[in-house]
Amino acid sequence: MRRILSILLENEPGALSRIVGLFSQRGYNIESLTVAKTDDETLSRITISTRGDERVLEQITKQVNKLVDVLKVRELTERPNVEREIVLVKMLAENNEQREEIKRCSDIFRGQIIDVTAKIYTVQLLGTSEKVEAFIDVMRENGNIIETVRSGVVGIGRGDKALKP
Amino acid sequence: MEKEETPMLSGAQMVVKSLEELGVKYLFGYPGGAVLDIYDALFEHQAIEHILVRHEQAAVHAADGYARATGDVGSVLVTSGPGATNTITGIATAYMDSIPLVVLSGQVPTTVIGEDAFQETDMVGCSRPIVKHSFLVKRAEDIPEAIAKAYYIARTGRPGPVVVDLPKDIVNPLIKAPYNLPKDINIRSYKPSSKGHPRQIKKAVELLCNAKRPVLYTGGGIISADASTELTSLAEKLNIPVTNTLMGLGGISGVHPQFVGMLGMHGTYEANKVMHNADLIFAVGARFDDRVTNNVKKFCPNATIVHVDVDPTSISKTIQAHVPVVGGAKRVLQQVLDLIERADIDNDKDEMAKWWSQIDQWREVDSLGYKKSPEQIMPQQVIECLYEVTNGDAYVTSDVGQHQMFAAMYYPFKKPRQWINSGGLGTMGFGLPAAMGVKLAFPDSYVACVTGDGSIQMNIQELATCLQYGIPVKIININNSSLGMVKQWQSMFYDGRHSHSYMDSLPDFVKLAEAYGHVGMRVSDPAELKDVMEKAFAMKDKLVFLDINVDPTAHVYPMQIKGGKIDDMVLATKDGENK
Repeated sequence: MRRILSILLENEPGALSRIVGLFSQRGYNIESLTVAKTDDETLSRITISTRGDERVLEQITKQVNKLVDVLKVRELTERPNVEREIVLVKMLAENNEQREEIKRCSDIFRGQIIDVTAKIYTVQLLGTSEKVEAFIDVMRENGNIIETVRSGVVGIGRGDKALKP
Repeated sequence: MEKEETPMLSGAQMVVKSLEELGVKYLFGYPGGAVLDIYDALFEHQAIEHILVRHEQAAVHAADGYARATGDVGSVLVTSGPGATNTITGIATAYMDSIPLVVLSGQVPTTVIGEDAFQETDMVGCSRPIVKHSFLVKRAEDIPEAIAKAYYIARTGRPGPVVVDLPKDIVNPLIKAPYNLPKDINIRSYKPSSKGHPRQIKKAVELLCNAKRPVLYTGGGIISADASTELTSLAEKLNIPVTNTLMGLGGISGVHPQFVGMLGMHGTYEANKVMHNADLIFAVGARFDDRVTNNVKKFCPNATIVHVDVDPTSISKTIQAHVPVVGGAKRVLQQVLDLIERADIDNDKDEMAKWWSQIDQWREVDSLGYKKSPEQIMPQQVIECLYEVTNGDAYVTSDVGQHQMFAAMYYPFKKPRQWINSGGLGTMGFGLPAAMGVKLAFPDSYVACVTGDGSIQMNIQELATCLQYGIPVKIININNSSLGMVKQWQSMFYDGRHSHSYMDSLPDFVKLAEAYGHVGMRVSDPAELKDVMEKAFAMKDKLVFLDINVDPTAHVYPMQIKGGKIDDMVLATKDGENK
């Protein structure tokens, strides 16, 4: 099962490598990982999308929590939450048919064309990972993808639940 | 009030001053380029005694032995590059057994980090998977706080090794900065719990008192938390059998009538039987590791499991606990005893009597029995003789292999911290340097290093350190001219194909000991064993290397059958063959 872990940790050199190292050392997998400092600059927030059953997730959560730099860990998918991911897709747009198809699809998915050249359109799309994947699938069928880049998932709990120190 | 003036010190002086203020007595180390300034600050320093080892791995094992015997944090100082990487095996050893250590490693100047400078290695990166935490300090004024935090993290919660990497430019003697050693450590992201949750304690006590066939299965957590008194009180109060892991030996006295022996791969028949037939396993400071459980799918099917551990990751990692209790062994056992006392709860003494009569039948199997020979010394006999000669009071360190198991099985440890071995990592070469650390801590106690002809050669160079500092440990070399445990497995599971487990051209250990300035003795006749050992221990001020030629065919029994239940075991027969 896919799970999303939210980790609040000290914004210090080496902290990220401890998290990544832990995952590889203990054989846990990482589907995506995002990291950046928070509104409090002394803290970083990491969002990791991983797979595993209940027991594996319990171990991962406990192991991450055990790291000295980590303040809080929460499995986001345990409670109602909002998750988002950004994808940038660069596509061949050499003729009108291609250009229109890209424009039509990105409108349907509420994407935006953010870069245009004579032969290339680049589309930005924001949504859940599911939506991002659906969009990529459609574009792949159109057969004119040059390159894609995904941000990985970020997520936040709904309502007043917050991950605070 | 007058404000105390902050002294201005160099980084190197800060390192030494911090260690001194933190109460460090022994620093095990080896100098080199990156730490020359720190060594200069140590020169003629009175409060800290530096022990110059002959290999950095031994520095860590010595500090580790010191930590295991005393309960204090062990301290190590090495240079960058090879000095640092040589400590890795020692750090991993301490990490696996949860031993508090601080390893200070030199580093190339911050200005050249990442440029593949001479003797540069990413020590924080290399050691990351085997440390509890690590620091790369980048400013001189941060040194005292980093060191104070390192000691705090190493000894609190589940103890473990901490690395502090110190670049050369920040310990420059010409640059002074304000020295501030924090008195109280407060790390917002690190709050180890010690008290168990009252609701979980209540559940645990109810299960414990209603069980008909309970067992206390305890490990190294009892030793590191100094919870031996509480464990013994609880066992006695409810008349429950106790089994210890390899790391937990001495947690209850080895001669206590309720002690059923070590459990697991080379556990006693009765210990593994008690576990398999128990209806309640009350585990404290143990981690259900694979050398205990055997096949986890067949593990103790009838038991409810209460698991007490200071580290939540140990709970339900391999075996699902029914009642998890997160907390330090000492505090939780106190809470359990308090609740039993306060609520005036007791268990059914008739049921316990029935349980004990069953256990006594298992004991009759005498699974540690072995046959002696008039011609050859049996390795088991060496350990029994050691017990007799030292009145059971020696600190015993060991290396890894058959001799380690024999020492664990045939030397009943009366007190915690008496048994010092590399249980988790299984590090050959641990015994001698660990014994040095122990002997420095307790110069008036017997300290014996039980080793083998394979293991002793992995850190034999420390014989020189022993001479330099006058560390008269006794080396009990159980010599079978082979890598005994490897050979045993090859005999049992590889059709006797003894691939590279024979030690050809061993050195003459007696002459070797003499060459290093010590006393060497050799014995091969069973009739002379005790005399020779008594002579060795009578030489209080001498390191004696006792080379004992034993029966090379001896196997360690009992032994669990791979893939089976915890109590599926091969036993020895009285004539030495398998049962």
